Amino acid sequence: MKEIDELNLPDDVRYAESHEWARIEGDMVRVGISDYAQDRLGDITFVEFPQLGDVVGKGDQFGTVESTKAVSDLFMPVGGEVAAINTELAESPGLINSDPYGSGWIIEVKADRPEELDSLLTNAGYLELLRGLD
Amino acid sequence: MRYLPHTDEDIAEMLQGIGAASLDDLYVTIPQKCRRGRELDLPAALTEWELDDHMRGLAEKSAVPPEFKVFAGAGSYEHFIPASVHHLLTRSEFVTAYTPYQPEVSQGTLQAIYEYQTLVARLLGMETANASLYDGASALAEALLMAVRITGRNKVAVSSLIHPSYRRVVRTYLESSGHEIVVLPRVENGTTDVSGVREMKDLAAVAIQSPNFFGCIEDLKTAGELAHGEEALFVCAFSEALAYGLLKSPGTQGADIACGEGQSFGIPQSFGGPGLGMFAAKMKYVRNMPGRLVGLSKDMDGKRGFVLTLATREQHIRREKATSNICTNGSLCALAAAMYMASLGGTGMRELARLNRDKAEYLKNRLHKAGFRLPFSAPTFNEFVVEFPPGFESTYNRLLEKKIIAGLSLARWHPELENQYLLCVTEARTRADMDALVREIKS
Repeated sequence: MKEIDELNLPDDVRYAESHEWARIEGDMVRVGISDYAQDRLGDITFVEFPQLGDVVGKGDQFGTVESTKAVSDLFMPVGGEVAAINTELAESPGLINSDPYGSGWIIEVKADRPEELDSLLTNAGYLELLRGLD
Repeated sequence: MRYLPHTDEDIAEMLQGIGAASLDDLYVTIPQKCRRGRELDLPAALTEWELDDHMRGLAEKSAVPPEFKVFAGAGSYEHFIPASVHHLLTRSEFVTAYTPYQPEVSQGTLQAIYEYQTLVARLLGMETANASLYDGASALAEALLMAVRITGRNKVAVSSLIHPSYRRVVRTYLESSGHEIVVLPRVENGTTDVSGVREMKDLAAVAIQSPNFFGCIEDLKTAGELAHGEEALFVCAFSEALAYGLLKSPGTQGADIACGEGQSFGIPQSFGGPGLGMFAAKMKYVRNMPGRLVGLSKDMDGKRGFVLTLATREQHIRREKATSNICTNGSLCALAAAMYMASLGGTGMRELARLNRDKAEYLKNRLHKAGFRLPFSAPTFNEFVVEFPPGFESTYNRLLEKKIIAGLSLARWHPELENQYLLCVTEARTRADMDALVREIKS
């Protein structure tokens, strides 16, 4: 496991307290899990996706990630309609471990209220949260 | 033998440790009105030989084979158990039935479960099977909950011709957790009326039993197509697994989940339990399957090894979000079934199933020729319904005195089917048994 100071916490995404990240990409919000989440879960073996078109509220569950240790729920950092899922992960769920903010993204959301993003943590705020956890 | 593991000294020491003066002091938080307040009224202890006599006396009160010629099945079937199954099963390596909690050190146990799963999957024509559940009834209830998880829908359609005890268990599991159960009626020939499925919105599952409680073989294919037309899962249940030695398997008929009772395979009837919940599904649903699953893997040296697979979905890791919170399987019963299936082989299974069907047809024809009505025209396997004349109870009781059990009255579950009896014929009944039954009923 990584030390807190070794974690990669880029400043171009916002973080949820449940360890998802969200980033505006054009008119969509792309969602994944943080470096901390992938590191603590260990090798990811399976991702359970929502259906395209599902409308899920902020904070509600949209899927699960399964590692060799646990199955964990995924929660929406912003509410909206599921517009895309990262189908690469079906074959290569390990992308979440190797590139959590890049090719390891999980879904794209057509956000109902993109300003909800502002209520999420910045990387500094998230780092503070993590320091409190460990 | 002592049944209480704690000595008086142990108890005193523990009470001291937690700071309670006495046992009564420990229970002080239990309100007085919830307490019995008097000693249990139990008879005096018996010696071992007295107890033996007592139990024998109780056993003699029940009408069981081989003393009685039983023509009743209805979910519990009298099948011959090869001596090889009993011999292998009582080996000390196998006889501890509990699921191992440090599983991978018990490679033999895991291999046996893996082989059981393989045999069940092949019998039912399904892609994957679990390590078993308690019995057919709980397997069906778990199948419906699984369909609810997969579809995200809340309503299930259940045939009225599923075994009545299974339906009660389904109600216990589903109604108490706020799910809706729609009962599918029957048509005249003794099978389920599935036509209403088209009008039902937001179904998670359509569940049909075949052969059904009346012994009739259902049109699974049509039921499955209707279910899939509504994007619901098709669940095929059964109480007599042997039927699939002869009938088209649930998998070939479109079942998404096949589940039912495996008692017929090497497990004694013994008052109706323990049974064996067989449970199989399509591979794409494996992550939502309840219970334990044994898989085949390789160790770091590349050697074959058996492992518990997808254990991250089970209750000891996932707590309240587990796929099921009852996942102790009936390993010993599953093992008996695996040994039984392996003893018979595919050909033996088919021959035995055919023998059951042919014998049941023989009795059916004899009763029909003797003038009794067969109310349902759908084809049957080893059980069928026959209508006896009014007042048949006295004949039934007379036969009972002659140690013949002339089936099971359906009036208890279907008051409108007065005088209709469910009869069962397995390989255990001889032609002479059947001729004697017909002769006695006519006289």
